[in-house]
Amino acid sequence: MAKRVSLSGNEAVAFGMKQINPDVVAAFPITPSTEVPQYFSQFVANGEVTTEFVPVESEHSAMSACIGAAAAGGRVMTATASAGLALMWEMLYVGASMRLPMVLAVTNRALSGPINIHNDHSDSMGARDSGWIQLYGENAQEAYDNLMQAVRIGEHPDVQLPVMVCYDGFITSHAVENLEMLDDADVKAFVGEERKAPFALIGQDPVSMGPLDLPNHYFEHKRQQAEAMKNAKKVILEVAAEYEKLTGRKYGFFEEYKMEDAEAALVLINSSAGTAKTVVDALRAQGKKVGLIKVRVFRPFPAEEIAEALKNVKAVAIMDKVDGFNAAGGPLFNEVVSAMYGKADGKIVQNYIYGLGGRDVTTYNFEEVFSNLFNAIETGKYEVYNYIGVRE
Amino acid sequence: MNKERKVNITNETTWRETTPGGVILDAGNAEDFKTGDWRAMRPVWYEDKCKHCLLCWVVCPDNSIKVENGKLVGFDFDHCKGCGVCTKQCKFGALDFVPEE
Repeated sequence: MAKRVSLSGNEAVAFGMKQINPDVVAAFPITPSTEVPQYFSQFVANGEVTTEFVPVESEHSAMSACIGAAAAGGRVMTATASAGLALMWEMLYVGASMRLPMVLAVTNRALSGPINIHNDHSDSMGARDSGWIQLYGENAQEAYDNLMQAVRIGEHPDVQLPVMVCYDGFITSHAVENLEMLDDADVKAFVGEERKAPFALIGQDPVSMGPLDLPNHYFEHKRQQAEAMKNAKKVILEVAAEYEKLTGRKYGFFEEYKMEDAEAALVLINSSAGTAKTVVDALRAQGKKVGLIKVRVFRPFPAEEIAEALKNVKAVAIMDKVDGFNAAGGPLFNEVVSAMYGKADGKIVQNYIYGLGGRDVTTYNFEEVFSNLFNAIETGKYEVYNYIGVRE
Repeated sequence: MNKERKVNITNETTWRETTPGGVILDAGNAEDFKTGDWRAMRPVWYEDKCKHCLLCWVVCPDNSIKVENGKLVGFDFDHCKGCGVCTKQCKFGALDFVPEE
């Protein structure tokens, strides 16, 4: 039987990792890493898991050790945030291109500078093209559920890619919430006792991995990697369907909230969706046709599905908790708008950069965004690229 | 290919056929690739000075010293990358090291 517990997001993820009992967890033991390795190291010390815990000297080394362990054939997990993820950068690409499934729990936090440790999405959004699958969750429950599914998605024979499980720093990582945890036995049955690696450094068939790959082969390997990311779309839905049977909780590429007849809509990621839903409910009570889309899967990007979900709106505001500094719009905006091109044309599209460096995101912010959208519908006048919640 | 390979990787291999991440399934498959094509220097053998001690064969990192019936017979220039280790260790002046023309 599943049990109700009250845990912070980091605790939920750490307890989830304990239930999964991976072969290796390699992590940097102090900040900018998260509480997840700290909790997990206690499970190791207490003998509650059989995992080999490798406390390394940097995040670059953490990812390097994870890559080595995954190349050996192990089931591997780690966690980090912010500058820690930035220091992993080089190795993120290596892990993905070596086609090594791993799970990385990312508590989304700002990148310096100026120095800031609070929530925004600049860390994982910067790593969006590293070849990792990226799942985002609104709360502790979704972080836990995404963690479980991440193992299955990444290890699927048609995918074989590493997966980031992202959730908002402090807002989700440190706030204690009620959630439902699976039984240990159900987790074991769902993720499987061990990873089945198609190739591994340890085993009966010796191989070499990570070779020099010059111009007459590298391109083919990249094309193959792209195909794995395409395959992940199907696998993500299959795994979600299986998870729903087990838990009753439904997951897809994104959550549509009151979108059926929505004229004005938001598209956003992670914890702010909770605040925005409150605003949607309040505006609906006033008879305004509003809705929102909360993106769960950013890599692979569900382009066709998002365009389909937005095809009946008049105006949409795409909310980025990060700026890409291209002077035109944030990463979610760019992806959503290019997905809409040719499939959901003629819409009013606005981009709002919000909540950078842990700035509180309030219901007033979303009320203002919806108000701007309705104003744009009425007058046809609007700015595309906007900041909201900043002191003007 | 003259050897039995689990997978033969050639310049014709498509992305559907190649191995994930370039994993190498066959030990010693460097033999299938001309790894010596970027050599800048090459060893030259003076047969008259050679004692066939075969220490050059011992030190060659690329298995490119050809030996038949216990005697040096020449070089495998498909795989010799011109490191010069064989010429450096030769005590009899039987191996010279010259720029590639």
